[in-house]
Amino acid sequence: MPAQKTPLALPYHLLVFEERLRQIERLRSIYTLLTIFSTLFIVWFGMNVASESNASSLSRGISKLFDYPFDMTEDAWNYGWGWWSIVFKYLPELISTFNIALFSTCLGSLLAIILSCLASANLINSTFVIQVIRRTMDFFRSFPEIVFAMIFLYLIGKNELPAILAITIHTTGALGKLFSEVIENIDVKPLDGLRSTGGSWVKRVRFAVLPQVLPSFFSYALLRLEINVRASTILGFVGAGGIGEALYTVIQWRHGAEVTAIMALLVTTIIFLDYCSTYLRIYLVESHR
Amino acid sequence: MIHKLNDYPELKAKFNEINVSHRRYFFGTIGVFVLLLLYFTSSFIQFDINSIVQKWNPYRASKFILDTYAHKDHITFRWSKPEEFRIAFEGGYREIYKIPPKWFSKNSMTGAGTVNFSNGGKMTIFRDRVEMTNWPNTNEPFVFKIGKFLEVDEYGKEKSVNKPYVFGYENRRNDLPPWIRWTENNIEVRPSLFERLQVSPSRAEIHRYEIGWKYFLFDFDSQLANKSLAETVAIALSAERIDPNKSNLSLIWTEFLDNEIWGHKRLFLAMRDTIIMALIGTLLASFIGLPLAFIAAKNITPFAMVRHMLRRLFDILRGVDVLIWSIIFLRAFGPGLFTGIFAIMFTDIGTFGKLMSEAIENADGKQQEGIKSTGATRFQQHRFGIIPQILPIFISQSLYYLEANTRSATIIGAMGAGGVGLEFLGALQTGNDFENVAYIALMVLVTVIIIDTLSSWLRRRLIGV
Repeated sequence: MPAQKTPLALPYHLLVFEERLRQIERLRSIYTLLTIFSTLFIVWFGMNVASESNASSLSRGISKLFDYPFDMTEDAWNYGWGWWSIVFKYLPELISTFNIALFSTCLGSLLAIILSCLASANLINSTFVIQVIRRTMDFFRSFPEIVFAMIFLYLIGKNELPAILAITIHTTGALGKLFSEVIENIDVKPLDGLRSTGGSWVKRVRFAVLPQVLPSFFSYALLRLEINVRASTILGFVGAGGIGEALYTVIQWRHGAEVTAIMALLVTTIIFLDYCSTYLRIYLVESHR
Repeated sequence: MIHKLNDYPELKAKFNEINVSHRRYFFGTIGVFVLLLLYFTSSFIQFDINSIVQKWNPYRASKFILDTYAHKDHITFRWSKPEEFRIAFEGGYREIYKIPPKWFSKNSMTGAGTVNFSNGGKMTIFRDRVEMTNWPNTNEPFVFKIGKFLEVDEYGKEKSVNKPYVFGYENRRNDLPPWIRWTENNIEVRPSLFERLQVSPSRAEIHRYEIGWKYFLFDFDSQLANKSLAETVAIALSAERIDPNKSNLSLIWTEFLDNEIWGHKRLFLAMRDTIIMALIGTLLASFIGLPLAFIAAKNITPFAMVRHMLRRLFDILRGVDVLIWSIIFLRAFGPGLFTGIFAIMFTDIGTFGKLMSEAIENADGKQQEGIKSTGATRFQQHRFGIIPQILPIFISQSLYYLEANTRSATIIGAMGAGGVGLEFLGALQTGNDFENVAYIALMVLVTVIIIDTLSSWLRRRLIGV
């Protein structure tokens, strides 16, 4: 008769502990299942709503997902070497779009620096001022650029200014929040030192705050520049000039070669900017360590 | 004893060094500022901002802003039909008042109609003239008359035509206040933004503005029209049924949704579509992006070829902007939610793939080693060694992109995919429903704020950051 395997006799408090652990594990797996099922349910529900309201069904759409770019590329291929001249034709439009983004990023960053200094608890004593400025920045940030851009387009007319204003407003809000977080995390010793020598508020910001925060400000602004190039293309699409407007026109005319030329220009620019800003930011972080 | 700097050569050298470095710093700063100034000036010239500012029409802007928070009633009177005063909400053909509002009175003896304004002024329309009396800040009443004038037409024939004129000012037009514009066939009177009178040879039209969003709750034709919010709550709580077939609450709800002036039902559905685009697009992107990120991570996949190809794929997916994706998918799916979902998904697979593969590469290898030492399979090593480390990053990035994509979805919608973006564009292009523009903008704002708050709450609950 084989001896029955006796369970390891554990002290009572460890048994309680084991039991508790098992309970927690059970609860966790229930939570995990619940999360998975609710996510699946959301996807299923959303897909149902989408297929009800969509003009074409999902399977038919997927079967011709890349028909349009293939047609356009075929068009461009038939053009031969002449395609490159189209690319160069749209270069000034691209520069205009990039300039809109650069100008509004500079303007927005300057405004954001001023606002973020007024919204940081270690520079301003009044809670009221801080709250007012923070809520203003929230307001600026919450609207998609297109909302402000469309309103300004209606009021001012079709040109670059609505895009500049809309992107500047959004950039001010978005960067202002990040900047004020950076300022609130600085080392306060230089600030105290300048205060002890009787430095004014402007001098304290200039000599104690800015040298510490400028590298991070610059890296955030670079990131924003990339986002703003995308945004200014989109705003061109609704009538604010630049390469977006050219793209809209050639899409309406179904000029495949020109569509591919503009898309190629845009994609190259964005990827190029992406690489540049990544390297610059890594350089900035490492040189200021 | 007086210490002099020259007596301490070490200190003097240090002092000079600091001085030089400070001077370099100072001129560097000034140089940056000069460059920025030059760039701003050249951009000002390039974008021609000066001429745009001169062309800018403040009247249009003030009209736009007025219309976002005020509504107006039109009182139209035709000289050829002296019995009929047409009073309509926003001048609509469907919204004509059957019972005249309180501020309008008709004299049964003379047949004249008087419009009382909130500033105490009055405009009275007679059979042959409009009188403006009791007006603040003006001493005299103005009388705008319609009269017969002789005119020679193109064939040399004389005929009499009706033309409006300001009584008493026939020979001194220049003495009229600037808010009365008298042109050949029209007189336009606009004492302030809230009152307006137009007199033309065929008719007189008065616009009376009032602050507030009228008929926001219920439509003009609704049986609950003109009920305020407090009255609506009282009706909802009372037991007496207005419509015997429905409870009061369901009546209020259906009447609210069927409001055609504000289009609540249409806008709610559009908002739901936008949220679904953002939510499903982000969810699918994160589900597809995570496995791809594992394949693209150096410490998981040994094949450099596969990794590099995936990395470039991520760059291209990200570099092709959401705008271009939406153009491409608009051709495949047509206008609708799938376009938006796929555009967001494709862009974000690139972003998630890049971020998560970097996170996986930065994960601590010790945990994986520990699990490996217990004899776990490769799948178990990844499941218990890496996923717990990257889960917080995964969740916080997903939530962050959900916030950003709510804005993107609005923009893609305006490109043609549908949703609240398209509604916004449509309302703006009508050129006069600016209260609807303000309503939709407010709706977008509230939704974005709610999603921001929810996601930061979720982030705090799940990962404590």
